[in-house]
Amino acid sequence: MLTKRVIPCLDVRKGRVTKGVKFKNNIDLGDPVEMAVAYSDGGADELVFYDITASAERRPIDIGMVESVAKAIRIPFAVGGGISSVADMERVILAGAEKISVNSLAVRNPQVIAEGAKAFGAQCVVLGMDPVKSDNPKCPSGYEITTRGFREFTGMDAVEWAKRAADLGAGEIVVNSVDADGTRAGFELTITRLIAEAVGVPVVASGGAGKPEHLVTVFREAGADAAIVAGMIHTGDCTIERIKREMSAAGVPTRMSW
Amino acid sequence: MTAIIDYKAGNLTSVKLAFAALGAEAAVTRDPEAIRSADRIVFPGVGAAKSAMENLRALGLTDVVREAAVSGRPFLGICLGMQILFERSEEDGGVETLGVIPGRVRRFPDVPGFKVPEIGWNQVSFQLPATNHQPPATNHQPPEFYFVHSYYAEICPYTCGTTEYAGVEFTAMVKKGNLWACQFHPEKSGRLGLDLLRRWLSC
Repeated sequence: MLTKRVIPCLDVRKGRVTKGVKFKNNIDLGDPVEMAVAYSDGGADELVFYDITASAERRPIDIGMVESVAKAIRIPFAVGGGISSVADMERVILAGAEKISVNSLAVRNPQVIAEGAKAFGAQCVVLGMDPVKSDNPKCPSGYEITTRGFREFTGMDAVEWAKRAADLGAGEIVVNSVDADGTRAGFELTITRLIAEAVGVPVVASGGAGKPEHLVTVFREAGADAAIVAGMIHTGDCTIERIKREMSAAGVPTRMSW
Repeated sequence: MTAIIDYKAGNLTSVKLAFAALGAEAAVTRDPEAIRSADRIVFPGVGAAKSAMENLRALGLTDVVREAAVSGRPFLGICLGMQILFERSEEDGGVETLGVIPGRVRRFPDVPGFKVPEIGWNQVSFQLPATNHQPPATNHQPPEFYFVHSYYAEICPYTCGTTEYAGVEFTAMVKKGNLWACQFHPEKSGRLGLDLLRRWLSC
């Protein structure tokens, strides 16, 4: 049986992993390569790295970091942040990442999804999205897409955007709820479920993981294929192994041997 | 020397890095002579079967790869590199593939609750003890490996590992003498994947 994936997310700022709440108040957590190895050895099914200041600083993603991570771990990882073209995607892939995550770039230029899927295969192109609860009449699902770290509202409906991105060739969609991000109060189940039901590609729940039971719930009740964890493991409050033991005990298929 | 065949079918960095992690000398190449003279051949690949076959043809590698696969030298197909060893793929309206292994490659059916592509760690049941393939050492049977695919190969007489997804039981691994090929990515399957590559390196 295909297992549900637990994916630690590492936000990288100036070569260090950091963690903030609602994209603010960042604190230093450690070296990205050391953390990647520790999580890989600790049972992570995959990793995702976001170079969170690359876009704002208008610079390309830190390729040296991607290469170092690729040398150090033998599990898949995705990279996002600072991707502004198919040429940038190619550099990240050649450096050894399996997947590229595009977010704001895809909103500005949706064709980049199709171009990336054509060049590298749909499995390489992950659409990251930051939906927020919204009463904008243009967003019938009740969720609007934001970009640039919650700073800009786009007027785009989250479910419609997910469907369009999947049609364009996104191989996977990460639904990062702005409302839940950093709260550690649980995933936003409604938007995760809406998108998981609307698209035929795997959906990764993101934002709000604080306890193992939050993952159990998002897998059981929202149809997520994978879930991202950050603060709850970065602080040492919990381990991937403990999350997986609870998933396993609750009957959620998970990889227990690594 | 191990030759990793580069036929413009996806990223080879991970494969190269996995062999490097095992201390094995491996070179990425599309030179027919280098492939013909290699002790071991790795045939990776992601993407679509039709464009992969077209790339092989354009690079003059179709016969080189087919010959290498049946040569008796250790040969390892990975993902698309396994699929196009079969006879035919349904992908892109149907395409004849290398025909080294009997059987067809088909698209996963649309089944509610099963996303396509299948992405993630799925269990592989290693069977046919008649083959000398030993399952990876693990306290958890069957072990999981990392898969990314929308098409699957049917079970054939050389299937030595099977996996189930979307109501289909399919070939996760085939073994025909020194020809090994797997649908999953051993180079991305953690310690168990490295164990498998290490065993292939000593076959």
